[in-house]
Parts: sequence; C-alpha cells; structure tokens
Amino acid sequence: MRQGRLVVVGNGMVGQRFVDALCARDSDGRWRVTVLGEEPRPAYDRVRLSALFDGVGAAELNLHTPDPRVRLRLGAPVTTIDRTRRVVTTTADEYPYDALVLATGSYPFVPPIDGVDLPGVFTYRTLDDLAAIRAHARGCRRGAVIGGGLLGLEAANALRLLGLVTTVVEFAPRLMPVQVDTAGGALLRRYVEELGVACHLGVATSALRPGPDGAVARLELADGGRVDADLVVVAAGIRPRDELARAADLPLGRRGGVLVDRACRSADERIWAVGECAAVDGTCHGLVAPGYAMAETVADRLVGGAATVPDADTATKLKLLGVDVASFGDAHGTTPGSLDVTFTDPATRVYAKLVLSDDAQTLLGGVLVGDADAYPTLRASVGQALPAAPLALLAPAGAGPGAAALPGSTQVCSCNAVTRADLDAAIAGGAADVPTLKACTRAGTSCGSCVPMLRQLLDAAGVGQPRGLCEHFEVSRQELFDLIRVRGIRTFSRLIAEYGRGDGCDICKPVVASILASLGTGHLLDGERASLQDTNDHFLANLQRDGSYSVVPRIPGGEITPEKLIVLGEVARDFALYTKITGGQRIDLLGARVEQLPQIWRRLVNAGFESGHAYGKALRTVKSCVGSTWCRYGVQDSVGLAIALELRYRGLRAPHKIKAAVSGCARECAEARGKDFGIIATDAGWNLYVGGNGGFRPRHADLFATDLTTEALVRLVDRFLMYYIRTADRLQRTAAWIEAMDRGLEHLSAVIVDDSLGLCAELDAAIAHHVGSYSDEWRDVLEDPARLGRFTSFVNAPEVPDPSIRFTEERGQRVPARAGETGNQQPVGLGMPQVRR
Amino acid sequence: MTGQPRGWTVVCPLTRLDPGRGVAALVDGVQVALFRTAANLFALDNRDPVTDAYVLSRGIVGSRGEVPTVASPLHKQAYDLRTGDCLDLPGVAVRWHEVRCRAGLVEVRLREEA
Repeated sequence: MRQGRLVVVGNGMVGQRFVDALCARDSDGRWRVTVLGEEPRPAYDRVRLSALFDGVGAAELNLHTPDPRVRLRLGAPVTTIDRTRRVVTTTADEYPYDALVLATGSYPFVPPIDGVDLPGVFTYRTLDDLAAIRAHARGCRRGAVIGGGLLGLEAANALRLLGLVTTVVEFAPRLMPVQVDTAGGALLRRYVEELGVACHLGVATSALRPGPDGAVARLELADGGRVDADLVVVAAGIRPRDELARAADLPLGRRGGVLVDRACRSADERIWAVGECAAVDGTCHGLVAPGYAMAETVADRLVGGAATVPDADTATKLKLLGVDVASFGDAHGTTPGSLDVTFTDPATRVYAKLVLSDDAQTLLGGVLVGDADAYPTLRASVGQALPAAPLALLAPAGAGPGAAALPGSTQVCSCNAVTRADLDAAIAGGAADVPTLKACTRAGTSCGSCVPMLRQLLDAAGVGQPRGLCEHFEVSRQELFDLIRVRGIRTFSRLIAEYGRGDGCDICKPVVASILASLGTGHLLDGERASLQDTNDHFLANLQRDGSYSVVPRIPGGEITPEKLIVLGEVARDFALYTKITGGQRIDLLGARVEQLPQIWRRLVNAGFESGHAYGKALRTVKSCVGSTWCRYGVQDSVGLAIALELRYRGLRAPHKIKAAVSGCARECAEARGKDFGIIATDAGWNLYVGGNGGFRPRHADLFATDLTTEALVRLVDRFLMYYIRTADRLQRTAAWIEAMDRGLEHLSAVIVDDSLGLCAELDAAIAHHVGSYSDEWRDVLEDPARLGRFTSFVNAPEVPDPSIRFTEERGQRVPARAGETGNQQPVGLGMPQVRR
Repeated sequence: MTGQPRGWTVVCPLTRLDPGRGVAALVDGVQVALFRTAANLFALDNRDPVTDAYVLSRGIVGSRGEVPTVASPLHKQAYDLRTGDCLDLPGVAVRWHEVRCRAGLVEVRLREEA
C-alpha cells in the first residue's frame, strides 16, 4: 500500500488533537503527516492561557508531543491551496497532499472603532498577545476590556492580576450573554464588581482616544460616558480563519467557516476542516470540545471509518474571577414550550436555572452561577429523563442523586466522549480507583469536571468504597490514622486486637509503624515497635541487593563544608564503601554490613552529621540551586530556605517518601517542579508548587500559591504535608493523592488555605510537635545499648561477618560480586528449586 | 555429612529473640533465620531463593490466613514459617529446620533435604 500524504494546516489545540488521534489509529502507517503551523511554537493549551498571569510558565501549557511519523513545520503560514495540483504553498515551500485537513482556527474580531489600531490596544488569543499585554502593562494603572463574554472576563481577570484598575464594557445588557440568562448575569455582575472590576453594560464603545504619548488613553462610550484606560483588550468575539478556503473557491458557511458535512468533509472530497474554522452543516463552534469531536471524526474517516460528529456540546463550566459559572444545553429555553425551574439563594448567592421539556420530564439545559457542583450530573443528563426532582438536583454538593442514577448511554465525560457504559466496563475490567479509570478511559483528563462522577460510579459498583488495608484490617490507612490518633493507641498488638484480626503482615505493620512515627510517639526501635519496621527502618539504612546496606547522611540543601566532605571521604575509605552522589544533592555510601552501621554512624555523628532518612518513607531532601547569594540571576536565597525547610521537616514520617526543592529564580535549576513540593523564587517572594514527582510516571507539580512571604510559605507547606500524612493512602505520593481528591487542588486549597474543615489549627500544632520533638535516629541508637544490640551479623557469632557479602572491584571501587564471583561460601541446599529471576 | 543425623546446637537465650521478629544464626556454617512469634519458634534457611541474598531473617513476620509467614525484605514474597514454602511463587521453597527452647535456650537442629 502506498503511503498517503496528509497535510494539516494549523497546529492549535484541535489540529494537535487531530494528529494525536490519527497517529493512535493509523497503526499500519498509511499516512505520512506534515503539519504546517503559523505560530513559531507548537500547540499549546489556549483555554488555559490566562493561567500565565497566575504564574504558570508557558512550557506548562504545551500540548505537543513529538512523533517520528509527523513532520512539523512551525512559523510556516500557508499562503495558497492549489486544488487542481493538490499542493499547498508556504512562503518557502510546496507540500503536495492526498488529503488536506484545515485546522486554522479563528482570529479575534476587532470591531471597526476609531482608534483600535492605537498602541496599547491588544487582542487576547496567543502567547504573543499575552506577552505583549504583560510588557505594556508595566507602568500602566488602568485597563479596559471591550467585551464581557467568557474571553472578556478572562482578560479582565488577567489585567487585574497585572495590578490594573479594570473596567469591562459590554454591548449586551448582561455579562456572558451567550451562556447565562438575565438573573444569572445580574448575580455574576455582583460578584465581578466586588472584585473591583467595574462593568458598563448595554453600551457600545464608540472610539478609542490617544494620550499625549500617542498610546491609547481612554474609551468613549455611545452613551456619552468615558473610561480612562492606558491598556485596552478587545475581546469582542472570534471569526473563523477561512481565507485559504475562500481563495480556493471552497463553499463557506453563511456566517463564514469552511462548509463541511457531519464527516467534516468539505465540497472537495480531499479537503477536511476541523475546529473553529469549520462550519459543520453551516454552524461554527468556538469551544474546544466540539473541535475535539471533529478531530476524532476526521481521524477515523482517514483510516477507513465512518464516524460523524455528534450534535455539538456547547456546555461550559468555568471559574471566572473566583466565581463558578456553568451553562449547558438549551440554557436560554429556546425550545418551544420549555419550562424554567429557577432557584435563587441570596444568602449563599447561588443562582440556578433548569430548562425542562413542556411535560417537565426531560432536562433540556440550564445555568448555574455561584455554585456549579451539580454541573457534571446535570450536563450528563441533558436530553434524558430527569434523574431526580428538580430541586433535589440543585441541592448542595453530595446531596444530589449523582452519577449512579444515569443510564449507560449517558456521556459522562463530554470532552473525550466517554459514556457511563464505557466507565462501567472499565470498572468491571479491574479499574478500581479514579487515576486508573482516567488512564484507561481518558475520562476526566481534559476539563476534569466529571471526576466526582467517576468516584460516584466506582462507589456505585462497590469498588470505590474505602478498601481495607490488607487481610488484617478492613479500614483504610486514613481511618487507621484517625483511630490511632483519637483513641491514643500506641501499640500494634492493641490495635489489631481491637480493630483487626490475625498477626499482621508486611503491609499493615509498616503502615502502623509509620503512623506512630508521624504522631511523634517515640523511637522507631523501642519495644514492640521495632518488630513492625521494614528492614530499612529497622536498621536505619537502605538494604541493597546483596544484603548489605547503604548509609546516607543528611546534607541539608546540598550545602556542605570542605571539612565535612573530607570526613565523608575518610569514612568511605576506612570502611571501603562505594561512594556515589545522589540525585538529591547528597552522598550515598554503599556496601556496609549491619554490624558496621553503628561504627560508621559514630564517625559521622561525631563530625556533626545525622541521619538523612534515605531509608524512610519520610522527607528525603530539599534540593536547591545556589540562589541569590552567588548566582547573577538569583532573586532569593534558595539555599537558606532549602536548609530551613529540610531541618524543619527532617524525620517526618509519611505515607511515602517526600522530595522537595527550592529554585532561586524562574530558571528553575533545582528542578522544583519535579518534587512533592517545589518552591520557585519570584521578585516578590516565593511561588509554591505541589504534587510533582519523577519516577515511573513523571509529573510536574501544579502551581498552588504565588508571591508568598517566607512565613506564609512555611505555614502552607506545614499544612500541606500534615494533611497529606493524615489522609493519603499507603504508598501514595502527593501527586496521586491530589489527583484522587474530588476537585483536586481546589479542595486542597479550601482545606489548607480557607480552613474549610476547621483543621488548620490541628495541622499546625502537629507540625509544631514534630519540629519540637525531633531527634536524630542514629544518635539515639548509639546512646542506647539495647538498640545497639540489634546490629549484629549472627546472634550466636557476632564476631563473624556475613560471609555471603562479597565484593569485586569496578572502576576503582568495591561493588557486589555476582554469583559466579563469590565462590559460594555456603553449603548449597540440595534439591533447591532453580528460580529464574 | 549427608545422611548422618545432626545434633541440636544451642544458639542463644530465648530473650535475645523479639516476638514478631527474626535474627540470623550460624549453625554448622549454615546461615539460619530464627523467628519468634507470640507462641512459637521457627527456623528457615536465611537465604532468599529468589535473590540469592542471605536476608530472610530481616523480613517482617505476620500471618496469611492461618499460616504464620515471613516476607522477604527484598521483594516481599511470603514464606510459610512452618514449611518454608513460598506462598507467592509456586514451586519455590526454602529449607526449614527444627528449633526448640530448652531451659531458656534456643536450640536448632539442621534438617537435611531428602
């Protein structure tokens, strides 16, 4: 089969989604793909553009993953399509095609007002637009936005975050006129004005006038009013980019856009259009979800499928200026005979409207302002019988009937077209938690609004219930934590006698040991507690493959004096330990036998070292760059903060290891975003990121709070860590912990910033207790003969070193000898089964 | 040596063993893992057959159903303390040995494989 030449014009969100979808389907390589993008950078998440003003880096918005099957040409705008020769032309080159997909998106509509071309007037669509706005905003005091729709309010928030006094001018009589009705718009206006954003509604802008410097200085309104502004953003809607198609004589929709059928095919059978530039049956859509549906449809068609796009889902949910706004289905009740049910609560300032069919049996659409918790269930129920009485549907979160009431054909995740039946099948196939369900169905991976429903479906299937830790305890780790804490239980034997069964195992024993340690109730090796510890915690060192251990002293922030460095070298030399620099900016000494551990520690402790807890599910390191002390780019003292944090949280036992880092500027040399908590210096203080990790499934940490003082930062990290320790599952890193929360970061922020559960004082006190009661675990062993007694090779021959630990030499250091090299010192057990590793 | 019945070897006072934990002992040159549970003493080879490391004595002691177990500290496979059978990998086992307590002293008698 000859490989077809597929050319994609445009590398925006939908264009990229199309390429991803095609590559996923085209397993036998029938297409060779060329993507021509106009912007100089590959696809990014335009929907989250405003996050840039919240401190998110542009790199985080990236949506492009390189694929060897795809040739990507950036900064290569297409100038013509020659349908006869089947060639597209850029300024530099020609690209022949067998199939052509137009994904050119749209451009911001700028109304023909006097002065829109003045300096200081911007549109709001690309990364370059935002960079220009940010640059011009320096030195500006007042900003204005023309347009009070979704994009206009996003822009208004951006100007607010840039420190400008902001005004919105909207021609329609309410904000977000497309999505919300009059009453919802009125409530929205109250919220927005309280944030200090002035609103001029029901009035057109008649002209923009310059100041003495030639840049824009004020808006003149049609009603004679004026608004001073030295930065103006025009957000008056978008228009499809259909000029290539127009020039190529392809039919267009009545209001623009490349006219395509439900297969997204244009009048030319070799040319397709997807996203905002496409007019499906004559209608263009400015939202990403319908665009994604088009992308999937064309990808299917190009590998021989027969997909068609479903009716566009124009549902919207967003948090604008801190206000939840959602609209879905027939939000304005345009269906003949439709009925409205409205609900207004002035106390909590919530407005909700449901649009029902004339017999009040079927949900047609709705509007929510102030509280959109009901959105996922409602959106999924559009076009179906009402799953409950209207008022019950609008009841506060958790009280409604939830996803379990939905029929199987309901689309639970509209972004990725995942139905309840798909999710039930995945659950039946073994997906037992939200992260797994996300991974195997893609549900909840785009806008995330359906994640609470995933949880409900797991619950309904009986697998989402908190599962027991192991056969000995039917309760979860979090419940065990609370039992131990509240009941004051201090021994495993009492805990299992009262709340479990059997003798315990390698799952529940270390969990209980860790909880007891997190609660600061004494040394790891005291009394019965010693028997609960995994071998690493039992010997306060890391077990290696050959039965030897490694020793990692703490080097806070990676800062070390030459004298201490020399001690490490001497100890390593004297005990012939293999030495390696770790990723966490410290030094690993490997190959110690158990009876050598106390001798090694004694040398280290005498030189001022302490345990680095490399063996524990605990804080490991707080890595740092050199920061403002030395670095010519540094803006804060990252080393000083890293050391302070590492000393604050050292020894803190947790459900899993905790890694952290502090970078002294936005160049991020400490790689803080790969950590459970990462801190990046700003001119004004510190940005805090949470939930990152490397490892099997790498994940960047998410921005949690910006421009914090050191004091505020430490308080947030305190609470973050203690809330994690109290509520996470066993061996759950912070990333998975946050991902598994309903509403993720939003929930976390409610708990540890707004104190929505009234927990903060307790969390603060728990950290204070930890800080006040810390003591070095190695020193504690050295000072206690009973504890020291455990560090022997053989109970009946403590003078004999373990003969099975044998070394060979590699690159000048000792490493474990492989089986063939040991000259096996042990009698071989006869009849021993051979095990392949 | 094969075929000759071995004698009992005194290893240590019972008080040197913590309930719910193991220790390593050297008996006639063989590394033995000794375990004490609430009610019993057990002895297995100290060698983890999966990894060839001599570490079973450092595993966590517990139970699976009615079976008293130790979990290898390297990769967590569980072994029946009574028989040495691996509960997670069919066909894998370690040798078990006889162990008793006399006059407060723990004694071990190595068992030959058939």
